[in-house]
Amino acid sequence: MDIGLNDYLLIGAVMFVSGVVCMATKRNGIAVLMGVELVLNGANINFVAFARYTNLGLDGQVVSLFVIVLAAAEAAVALAIALNFYNNHQTIDIDQGNRLKG
Amino acid sequence: MTEQTLFWIFAILAGGGAIGVVILQDIVRMAFSLIISLGSTAGLFFLLGADFVAATQLLVYVGGTLVLLIFGVMLTASGPFRRIRMSTGETLLGAAVGLLFFSVIAFTVLSVNWQAVPSYREVAGSPSKQTGNTSRAIGLRLVGIPADSTIGLHGGRGSNTGYLLPFEIVSVHLLVVLVGAAYLARAKRRESTDAEPEDA
Repeated sequence: MDIGLNDYLLIGAVMFVSGVVCMATKRNGIAVLMGVELVLNGANINFVAFARYTNLGLDGQVVSLFVIVLAAAEAAVALAIALNFYNNHQTIDIDQGNRLKG
Repeated sequence: MTEQTLFWIFAILAGGGAIGVVILQDIVRMAFSLIISLGSTAGLFFLLGADFVAATQLLVYVGGTLVLLIFGVMLTASGPFRRIRMSTGETLLGAAVGLLFFSVIAFTVLSVNWQAVPSYREVAGSPSKQTGNTSRAIGLRLVGIPADSTIGLHGGRGSNTGYLLPFEIVSVHLLVVLVGAAYLARAKRRESTDAEPEDA
């Protein structure tokens, strides 16, 4: 069986769904960050696969580079926020972060 | 044949690592599983002929983001907070929603007939895309010069401006983010600020 576009898209879907479930169900703040990374990575697989299998050419790869850079920036800021949260609450259970609740 | 073998190895590692991040409860094991998943994704990028993106993935994700993540794990995962359990009902509900969501996406992907899409092609057109070697072309594309022969293809200016502006925006964004992260993560000690008037 030849490797086609569908296989890459399905791998991207597995990573995307794993990331979404990870974001939705985990109560550990760092685990939620890992879910975000997985979601962005799944989208990246789709970009590169479409760059290979359509006329997009290098455009898809350039967009995936931007996604990688933005994911790194997001991880840096989110980890800084997580460290601040830990300093204030002595835990990273995101259910404890309800101080802004009305 | 080797391409298919490599694809299945990397695909199983990437998908298994992603599922492992969801299933495992220990935060350190989750980080390791994430390393496996992201590294295998870089392998998939190599198979797709995107060698520059794959190298960036290895450098930035596996080299940078995961060091940051493990740093966060080290600083925050102490004792009782390392495992935060979910209830069984939540686990079952999450698994059901995840399976449902995945089946929706898989059904959508498999129901598309890619041969009928006009821009679809089975084999890469330009030889530089088949063999990889895309770093020079991507660099030219980033500074605004299209490397492939698409100059004037879409009627001259407008569509061929490349990615110079997004590149600059992302550069400034990265700088702002680094400054902001350093500001957010700096050590604040309430005791010392409370005791400061007495010291002064």
